[in-house]
Amino acid sequence: MEKETVSVEISKDLYERIERYIKENGGFSSVREFIEFVVNEVLEGEEEGGYSSEEEIKERLRSLGYL
Amino acid sequence: MVSRPHGGRLVNRVVSGRRREALLAEARELHKIEVSMDIASDIRNIAYGAYSPLTGFLTSDDYEHVLHDMRLSDDTPWTIPIVLDVSREELGDVREGDDVALTLGGEAIAIMRVEDIYGWDKEEHARSVYKTKDPAHPGVRKTYGMKELLIGGPLDLIKEVSYAGFEKYSLNPAETRVLFKEKGWKTIVAFQTRNVPHLGHEYVQKAALTFVDGLLIHPLVGWKKRGDYRDEVIVAAYEALIKHYYPRDSVVFSVLWMQMRYAGPREAVHHAIVRKNFGCTHFIVGRDHAGVGNYYGPYEAWDIFSEFPDLGITPLFIRESFYCRKCGGMVNAKICPHGDEYRVRISGTKIRQMIMAGKKPPETMMRPEVAEVVLRFKNPFVE
Ligand SMILES: [Zn+2]
Repeated sequence: MEKETVSVEISKDLYERIERYIKENGGFSSVREFIEFVVNEVLEGEEEGGYSSEEEIKERLRSLGYL
Repeated sequence: MVSRPHGGRLVNRVVSGRRREALLAEARELHKIEVSMDIASDIRNIAYGAYSPLTGFLTSDDYEHVLHDMRLSDDTPWTIPIVLDVSREELGDVREGDDVALTLGGEAIAIMRVEDIYGWDKEEHARSVYKTKDPAHPGVRKTYGMKELLIGGPLDLIKEVSYAGFEKYSLNPAETRVLFKEKGWKTIVAFQTRNVPHLGHEYVQKAALTFVDGLLIHPLVGWKKRGDYRDEVIVAAYEALIKHYYPRDSVVFSVLWMQMRYAGPREAVHHAIVRKNFGCTHFIVGRDHAGVGNYYGPYEAWDIFSEFPDLGITPLFIRESFYCRKCGGMVNAKICPHGDEYRVRISGTKIRQMIMAGKKPPETMMRPEVAEVVLRFKNPFVE
């Protein structure tokens, strides 16, 4: 099922920078996909708050001698 | 799988990164309420999920349910009211819906949304939580000394607070969960303590450990009453015990910064819930667990668990143990047929008296390596 969408305006300059970035680095099929990815990253990061990634937790456990 | 957190998901109210910067700046403009070390430990336990599903201090609705039903308003088992007391002066013109900064030593550690401001009846609180109104009870005495209003609402931790001196042993629930997973443990039994270990403690821990993958020895650090062992003594004693008598790959030692409340049965359930959040599947409930004086019957802390079939962590009731000269080891009344003339009762009070007198408790009560460590302290007790 297609998700409902809304339009948001961003500066033309930023839009073109993202286009250039995708061209050079690949990994995204459109500016929209790029923006959705980045925004999601930030939001999920916020929701996880202070929790470090599992890898960071393991690092701390190792430094304390637990692992 | 280690235990699912209480209420379904591990609460995380620790703010980092850009949002933390923003909240730190915001805190400077907010009304400030200074908190005690005890409250700071509660804030930390909320933020790191040790008190999941709580996201803040109780609002009046949850408070009343906890007081009378031992459950939150959504029916989740919860036995100890986690509350923030303030005076009218401290509250100033703060209204429900406002954000306040909670400070420790003048520094903002958390931002709280004040959803609810309410009065409370301390005697009713004491009777419900401690089953007595007697001010000689240390928990009741503390309750009577609290301020006249309670404020409830969610909070975000914006500055790390810790109980100095024990950082190396302070693991958060997210960390113990990863640790247990890495160790491949599926069943973990937790042992709550505020004592230096004698043979009886070692016996119950090992009896439990025989049937599960791992053991979490989890003493409380923080406020305790006069005459209890000091935190650093408990930690040093366990270091010695584990070094000499425990297989390293089946035990984890960590401390939990949380005040003792001496609320007996209710606190036993609270202790179990908190350990569930740390990823434990089993919890050892002592005889007269979290009790003090003669306020609770010896097995009340066991009986209360029958009211919580939905607790999500399995309580283990292990009988009081003693040394039997005839059996030639630590046993309990269920497995030893011999009479009192063979039995050496291990009394914490007796051990305490010996230590106070600078005498080494016998090896039928305490491991010599542990006794030596404890006796090395000039005063091992809280003054
Ligand atoms: Zn015997």
